[in-house]
Amino acid sequence: MTMGQTITVTVNGTVHTAEVEHRTLLVHFLREQLNMTGTHIGCDTSTCGCCTVHLDGDAVLSCSTLAVQCDGREVRTVEGLQAADGSLHPIQQAFHENHGLQCGFCTPGMMMAALGIIEQQPNATDDEIRAALEGNLCRCTGYQNIVASIRAAADQMARS
Amino acid sequence: MAVDYTTQTTGGIGDAVLRKEDRKFVTGEGRYVDDLKLPGMLHAAFVRSSFGHARITSIDATAALALPGVHAVLTHATLPVETGVLSASNPGGDVRHPEQAILAKEFARYVGEPVAMVIADDRYLARDGADLVHVEYDPLPVVVDAEQALEPGAPLVHAEYDSNLVKTLEHVTDGFDDAMAKASKVIKLRVDNQRLTPSAMETRGCIGDWQEATGEVTLYTSTQVAHFVRTFVSIVCGTSEAKVRVVTPDVGGGFGAKLNTYREEFAVCAASHVVGRPVKWIEDRTEAGVATIHGRAQVQYYEAGVTDEGRIVALKFDAVQNNGAYNMLLTPSISHLTLFMVPGLYDIQDISIRIRQTFTNTTPTDAYRGAGRPEATHGIERLMDAIADDLGIDAVEIRRRNFIQPDQFPYSSATGLVYDSGEYEMNLDKALELSDYAGFAARRAESEANGKYRGIGLSTYVEVCGLAPSAVTAALGIGAPGWEHSTVRLHPTGKATVITGTSPHGQGHATSWSQITQTELGIPFEDVEVIHGDTAFQPYGLGTYGSRSLAVGGIALYRSLGKVREKARELAAHLLECSMDDLEWTGSSWQVKGSPDRAKTIQELAYAGWTSASLPEGLEPVLEATTFHDPPNFTFPSGTHVCEVEIDPDTGRVEVLNYTAVDDCGNVINPLIVDGQVHGGVIQGLGQALFEETVYSEDGQMLTPTLVEYLVPSAADVPPMTLARTVTPSPSNPLGVKGIGEAGTIGASAAIVNAAVDALSGLGVRHIEMPMQPARIWNVIQEATS
Ligand code: FES
Ligand code: FES
Repeated sequence: MTMGQTITVTVNGTVHTAEVEHRTLLVHFLREQLNMTGTHIGCDTSTCGCCTVHLDGDAVLSCSTLAVQCDGREVRTVEGLQAADGSLHPIQQAFHENHGLQCGFCTPGMMMAALGIIEQQPNATDDEIRAALEGNLCRCTGYQNIVASIRAAADQMARS
Repeated sequence: MAVDYTTQTTGGIGDAVLRKEDRKFVTGEGRYVDDLKLPGMLHAAFVRSSFGHARITSIDATAALALPGVHAVLTHATLPVETGVLSASNPGGDVRHPEQAILAKEFARYVGEPVAMVIADDRYLARDGADLVHVEYDPLPVVVDAEQALEPGAPLVHAEYDSNLVKTLEHVTDGFDDAMAKASKVIKLRVDNQRLTPSAMETRGCIGDWQEATGEVTLYTSTQVAHFVRTFVSIVCGTSEAKVRVVTPDVGGGFGAKLNTYREEFAVCAASHVVGRPVKWIEDRTEAGVATIHGRAQVQYYEAGVTDEGRIVALKFDAVQNNGAYNMLLTPSISHLTLFMVPGLYDIQDISIRIRQTFTNTTPTDAYRGAGRPEATHGIERLMDAIADDLGIDAVEIRRRNFIQPDQFPYSSATGLVYDSGEYEMNLDKALELSDYAGFAARRAESEANGKYRGIGLSTYVEVCGLAPSAVTAALGIGAPGWEHSTVRLHPTGKATVITGTSPHGQGHATSWSQITQTELGIPFEDVEVIHGDTAFQPYGLGTYGSRSLAVGGIALYRSLGKVREKARELAAHLLECSMDDLEWTGSSWQVKGSPDRAKTIQELAYAGWTSASLPEGLEPVLEATTFHDPPNFTFPSGTHVCEVEIDPDTGRVEVLNYTAVDDCGNVINPLIVDGQVHGGVIQGLGQALFEETVYSEDGQMLTPTLVEYLVPSAADVPPMTLARTVTPSPSNPLGVKGIGEAGTIGASAAIVNAAVDALSGLGVRHIEMPMQPARIWNVIQEATS
């Protein structure tokens, strides 16, 4: 490996210390080095949002973030959504109950982006959800049920 | 708003059951090709032509091979394959099929054509290596436009032919000339169905794993047609088909783009043979823009001979189809599907069709959601509005006057199809009511008061689905059948395994097939496992495309379930010591008529069939059945879509305000899934209408390779939708189903363009080409008002 650096990153609550190349993208670090393949790659121009994860609580594109930038920080991925007892997070449950996914490829990034939206705008209208979701592409669902899923999750999370 | 239903977690045919597939996807446990790692796996990157047309004069891999971590650089000369990519399509015979070498041989004929392949320790190094391969090109003249490619003196894409013509498809009815001569008016229209990039969110990818000791080859690939791929890998790589296994893990969308066999799939197998380790290739999005097939790319010229009342008595259709540089699996057959659907759902008996397919220096085109049928529907639906406009007849009325009527079914079309069933006015009436078509004038006035142009548009469609009766595919020159396979296996514990030859990639077959199993065999939904995606344990299956999975694969399943039920009946009669005729099926058990206490549940019978302690004479152990179902006919889903748009004259932006879709896909297994298919399909059609276009420069450079230039609709672009259904069950299959995978896409683009033309009709605008991006609309308005 050329030009390496040791980083320590907390992913879904677990601390990982690893050697990475300077050019290694966060998404490749997660997928190739930590074998956490729930985060997907849909483009190479930061356009699709399939790779969305949370970095210190903010939704970011892991394809446009270097692994070395995450040194000492906290990453949350789709694998970290479920509760310890295996029950689904409200956003996961909502996507299931509202048929918010078909092929499932955009879904992890979509849910992570959705959580970011709900956290920032808990009372977002459908139009606001649509606008905020602009950076996450889905080719299967036509977004109808994704928007419905996010609204349902927001309601559920507001109640609990 | 969707069709009214209450979702549930288990159920049978017709219930809105939540999908059993979902959990792995929402937890990140889906397994797509890129998620797989094999021991010792290496990574491939391709060196691709940067010229639209060139002679390759030299390839120098010295620098790449010197890079630590690079294992091999393969070219046409060193990649061990027996032949190039094969096409299965030869409509009408004599189709020109030039050789498509796995890695370019002497010429590169489109930007992105693979020239060399670099194998390295990881994908970064493979890409570094590819950048270091030095290829010398001698550029040659380029042609990208299909009509220009047919002009005398156009640059030849393949020098071995005397022109760029691939094939001319023709179909003229005997009475056409007379009918056209008698028409009181001839109305003409040119429609450009632009080139599109399918853009599944998961790009393609594959892993080849060639076992030296046994000669077994395993290919993991993101495909819709694993068995085709297997057959072709064996031919291209020169190995026994019995030694090839194709595994389809989860597939992140296909839309026809993965209904193919690609160079990279063969190349990773051959490369694995060379390096003795598994080789993985994952397509970059930018690479996908040139390496994966495109769709549409058809220019159409219509001439409609009409009576004063607006009846179409003769229709002439002359089109040029851009096939790209080579024919892929089905390329020449795609515009053949257009040919079939030229008359749409109108009773037009005299017709003249010519479709000229051409080679150009572009990425090959092939099936993209709808595959030839959206082209036909968009054209005829634009034409209907043009006729209505010309004759001063309402757009709804002109359609009513030309519809095939319910009493005409089964209906023999002028292109040789037999439409199974449909009530087109029922779709239309329902859509008009739901969209408050009658109240549009007031809404238009409101928009006008706000300085906006508002229009309403509709599209009425019929599609040919359920591909396909094998005798018909053979007659159409397709070198593959159209049947589908299923196996139903009952375990001693009473659970069921369903093996299907269909290849879902978002369509939810595990859920729908479980529902059918619950209804037909009484095994609860949650006790059914649906298996697909591995040729090692599946009989040959044809896969998922052409809205065929339910109408063909679902019927194969239905028939296997029936066979198991009958076998269970024979066993039950034996165990209950009665005759088979004395038994009645309760939905989950066989019981002696009128004696509920004398019954055997299907689970008890599954156990008894397995123990085989006491079987009737001649009955084999185990409740299991297999079916290869060849459909007797296609199916013909239909519908009416209505939408309203508002156009901002200052910016040229077209906003779709609302969208109503009424679809008749026959009987419905799961309304939730059907709605999802319509949603997604409509938005792909909307994408074509408003944003999407794959553009080449004149010298063959790809100008829209990424999702930055190629505009896939986002959530912010889509309107709220109202969905509804009508049902005319297909008489061609026992479930009465028709298919819904492509309907949305087929219906949408014309409805949206018709609405935009309607909005600007006051300015004298009669036609607008797609995509209706703001600049185009702004120019249309400027021209119309200056
Ligand atoms: S992979 Fe597309 S935005 Fe990150
Ligand atoms: S569910 Fe397939 S891309 Fe969104």
